[in-house]
Amino acid sequence: MSTSVVADGPVESYVAAFDQLTSDASTPSWVQSMRRAAFERFASLGFPTTKNEDWHFTSVAPIADQEFVLLASKSGDVRREELEPFTFGARWDTMVFVNGRFAPELADCAKLPAGVKVWDLASAWTKAPSVVDMIGKIASYDNASFTALNTAFMHDGAVIQIAKDTQLDRPIHVLYVTDATAAKGMMHPRNLIVIGRNSKATVIESYVSTTNAMYLTNTVTEVSVAEGATLNHFTMQREAERSFHVGTVEVAQARDSHYVSFSLATGAALSRSNIYTTLDGEGSGATLNGLYMIEGEQHSDHQTQVIHSQPNTFSRELYKGVLDGRSHGVFNGKVYVHPIAQKTDGKQTNKTLLLSDTAQVDTKPQLEIFADDVKCTHGATIGQIDATALFYLKSRGIENGLARRLLTYAFAADVLETIEVDEIRQSLERMSLERFV
Amino acid sequence: MRDYVEQRMSSSIETLISREYQHGFVTDIESDTFPAGLSEEVVRAISAKKGEPAFMTEWRLKAYRRWLAMKEPHWPNVHYGPIDYQGISYYSAPKTKTPLGSIDDVDPELLKTYAKLGIPLYEQKMLAGVAVDAIFDSVSVGTTMREELSKYGIIFCSFGEAVREHPELVEKYLGSVVPYSDNFFAALNSAVFSDGSFVYVPKGVRCPVELSTYFRINSADTGQFERTLIVADEGAYVSYLEGCTAPKRDTNQLHAAVVELVALKGATIKYSTVQNWYAGDKDGVGGIYNFVTKRGKASENAKISWTQVETGSAITWKYPSVILQGDNSVGEFYSVAVVNNKQQADTGTKMIHIGKNTRSTIVSKGISAGEGNNSYRGRVQVLPKATGARNYTQCDSMLVGNRCGAHTFPYVEVGNNSAIVEHEASTSKIGEDQIFYLKQRGLSAEQAVSMIVSGFCKEVFKELPMEFALEAQALLGITLEGSVG
Repeated sequence: MSTSVVADGPVESYVAAFDQLTSDASTPSWVQSMRRAAFERFASLGFPTTKNEDWHFTSVAPIADQEFVLLASKSGDVRREELEPFTFGARWDTMVFVNGRFAPELADCAKLPAGVKVWDLASAWTKAPSVVDMIGKIASYDNASFTALNTAFMHDGAVIQIAKDTQLDRPIHVLYVTDATAAKGMMHPRNLIVIGRNSKATVIESYVSTTNAMYLTNTVTEVSVAEGATLNHFTMQREAERSFHVGTVEVAQARDSHYVSFSLATGAALSRSNIYTTLDGEGSGATLNGLYMIEGEQHSDHQTQVIHSQPNTFSRELYKGVLDGRSHGVFNGKVYVHPIAQKTDGKQTNKTLLLSDTAQVDTKPQLEIFADDVKCTHGATIGQIDATALFYLKSRGIENGLARRLLTYAFAADVLETIEVDEIRQSLERMSLERFV
Repeated sequence: MRDYVEQRMSSSIETLISREYQHGFVTDIESDTFPAGLSEEVVRAISAKKGEPAFMTEWRLKAYRRWLAMKEPHWPNVHYGPIDYQGISYYSAPKTKTPLGSIDDVDPELLKTYAKLGIPLYEQKMLAGVAVDAIFDSVSVGTTMREELSKYGIIFCSFGEAVREHPELVEKYLGSVVPYSDNFFAALNSAVFSDGSFVYVPKGVRCPVELSTYFRINSADTGQFERTLIVADEGAYVSYLEGCTAPKRDTNQLHAAVVELVALKGATIKYSTVQNWYAGDKDGVGGIYNFVTKRGKASENAKISWTQVETGSAITWKYPSVILQGDNSVGEFYSVAVVNNKQQADTGTKMIHIGKNTRSTIVSKGISAGEGNNSYRGRVQVLPKATGARNYTQCDSMLVGNRCGAHTFPYVEVGNNSAIVEHEASTSKIGEDQIFYLKQRGLSAEQAVSMIVSGFCKEVFKELPMEFALEAQALLGITLEGSVG
């Protein structure tokens, strides 16, 4: 099958890959037509440039200039023990994807607690049509090139459904791993998380690598949180150091729901994280926290967007960045308050610690408010390690390097303290102490 | 009970919000006006009319040609219909019979206009040592205290005069901070600016008075293109006040001014603005489009401080900025912006830290009422060599009524790890508890709101020279008092 899309420049290389994918007939026709529409949208949008306000501080030229090969079929050879460093030392229900494709032989999700159902997307099209029906309804690709690209190429991913009134006592881990065979490849994982009424669950999405290959991960996760439900959602980006990662999470929240997100970024040469939530029910709230620790030539961009569209909603945001070497950190947090969203309570904080004099940070905390009875604040600070604190530690006999690491750890500690999953918190606390040795 | 109070309050809001613009009148003076339209000939004619030297004409033409190649920017968070640049007359001068020898020769009609505005020149002369260079439409018609200032070697005159009498200074500094190619409106201004003010304070001189200029738009369909250039030589100090009122009009008037401040080594420039141009009626018809480029360049140890109170104009779009080029230079920005009815404001500042140990402070207070939309947009940029740079930003918004909007777009870009940058912003409605408390003490709702808003803006008002602080309070009162949320 060929498409009528005429594109020039970097987009062209995607046409062949798209043609190759659409020959796959296992997906339902509505998905095929959504893919096609999304691809046409991508072709007309092209990759965003820095003239696009949402990409002002991040140039995606390194991605646009590459010709990635679509990793369409199963590849890679990852052994179970190679996953050890990425499991936080815990035994959770785990879905494993290797180079973007579900790897049931590595997964550990045979005995799921009652009320929990998981599928890989490729089989969910036929096995759970009423669940995957939601795909494309939460994440819009109209003005988002990467979401359009993901929608055009979506093929595999995790589908998680939590029934109503279910309280999970242990997290579900979705682990995406790449190995050397992913080199020059691209993956477009598409996840869907549906939390039923009054349920509570924790889902961890990890993006990791056993190699230092150059590849592109462009992931989209759609989340629906029903009335009174709570989702603790972790997105842990620890990709290979030469790779590119674009991760988008879009959330729809009903009345009295609570979405708690923690976003970590330590890997990838160029990474972008988009976390968008719409508080579309009275009494709902979102807590968006994040930590990025980068060095060398790494570039890490974090975008958050909270839309308060109903009254009595709240949002809390705390993003912390530690930048070393010649790295470049970007934060753009948006809070929109619709005219009817009275009694909105919003708080947003972004703090950056610069460890080197060549690191660069751009931050843009943004408020757009159309209701009057609201309380919204935002704050941003940028600074270096406090000289007096450093002096104090040194005067107590702690050598310079350790003192700096302790202060870096202390800087990260208040966002890490919010993590309710002990294994993750302990692992990240160790990481924040040891990352910049 | 509460319903009753709210009802009472909202009825007083209605009366106060719907209050007519008090300075809306038109003085009937025959104007020497060019026909509408813009071309190279018009640019040449403006230059010829003003008897300018060749370098000025050339500069204007370069700006005009550049402008032709530029596109009108639409990124600000404001909305307005297309502007017909060929439908504007680019020159309008009040007719006077003979060149003015003294202030007594000024057209009595003009003096009456000023009297209506509450700035009688005679009084001004005596009052608190304020020298006034009053601008009526585009040509400067009266200057006071010239002699006193000249004793110090201070030059304070209209831009036209400066071009004729001090061409070497104008040539040296014009466009040195805002080049003609800077942006669409700055290019337009550079091509067609009619007049403005020029100030030069020599080395080590502290200007003994607050310098003041009144801008005023009068003729219908006449865009005003002011150009202000203030140069403070090494170690000098000057405080400059700019205030604006305009008569009522139904068609939109474009105002694209350029203000350039040059603070040399160790100099200080304080620039204060109270802007109360006609904002259009309650349906958003008419009103001034105020698209202004204001920027200062601070050399070593210099300080530039902007203070603005923006209550007028249908659309305000301006970002008084400071380029902190020299080591240890200081930039400040204090702003109160009020929008009511359908007014729109997109204003803020840019602080560009280039030199070492540069410091900047930003305090912005936005008040939105009626269906007004107020945006703060600011950029704090610390370049890699700006070791020890320090910025503190605070921008607070207050919402009065439930149909208005407040928006914040701060950009912070830091490329040096020794920089300390802090940004804080908050948005909230006017405190019901506070209003209740004040009313319970016997104040009326409008007095209470006036008092709360004054308190909210206090940090900015205290930066204004006293005369202006009073005027600013009065303006806020007119625009807002009683508009309870």
